[in-house]
Amino acid sequence: MSEPLVFRYEVDGENFTSAGQASVMIKKNLRQLGIASEIIRKISIAMYEGEINMVIHANGGVATVMVCEEYVDIVLEDKGPGIKNIEQAMQEGFSTAPDSVRSLGFGAGMGLPNMKRYTDTMKIDTEVGVGTTVTMRVYLDPKAGGVNE
Amino acid sequence: MKISTMKNLLNAKVLCCEENLEHQVYSACGSDMMSDVLAYVKDQAVLLTGLVNAQVIRTAEMMDMVCIVFVRSKQPTEEMIELARESGMVLLSTDKRMYEACGILYTNGLVGNYVKK
Repeated sequence: MSEPLVFRYEVDGENFTSAGQASVMIKKNLRQLGIASEIIRKISIAMYEGEINMVIHANGGVATVMVCEEYVDIVLEDKGPGIKNIEQAMQEGFSTAPDSVRSLGFGAGMGLPNMKRYTDTMKIDTEVGVGTTVTMRVYLDPKAGGVNE
Repeated sequence: MKISTMKNLLNAKVLCCEENLEHQVYSACGSDMMSDVLAYVKDQAVLLTGLVNAQVIRTAEMMDMVCIVFVRSKQPTEEMIELARESGMVLLSTDKRMYEACGILYTNGLVGNYVKK
């Protein structure tokens, strides 16, 4: 695998029911590539939380997954409201999601912390009023990168 | 514990994937908050929940779970049942409440966090 394999998905911001479809697809694709199931689980959970975030907060966006020889990069881009205070957003339990989202089982302030928990590196580029890009990396060999706890 | 044993203990209805009832499961968790399921669950095979929407199925799928139990007689939609069927996930429905359903399974040996030996 010399050239990275790239998967790209549009995340529909209108429809909460379809949120997570891209993560399900990625999970299937990674399985076909023969990647270890624990690694696939980390990647797909991180991406799933990211997808839910994009639907709740940013009216959708684009998810790009790049599979390289040693790692998988997940890039989630949206043109949403941006994150005012990243430090606060990273705290478990802090959420700006409306109550309507909580009744659907999300909005507990666990999205970003979970994304960090399951990836080896995570970077957030955000500008209020412009949008947010979250870049996460998961190493295929668990020993190659530390766990982001 | 086999899924069929869970079904009997909870007096539950099978909503799909009856062919997988003999599957063995070793641990479970109960929650209506999907983000908590995604945060704290490790190798747990069963989700007990009172929440009904498509994200319940997807959350379980992300965690490689094999069975979801809907408590308080909650009835998943056709769309949810179809999603579960696609990944071979058994859906059960019981009229017991969350606390009672979890308690019954726990006292019969289905623990909260199973560590592979």
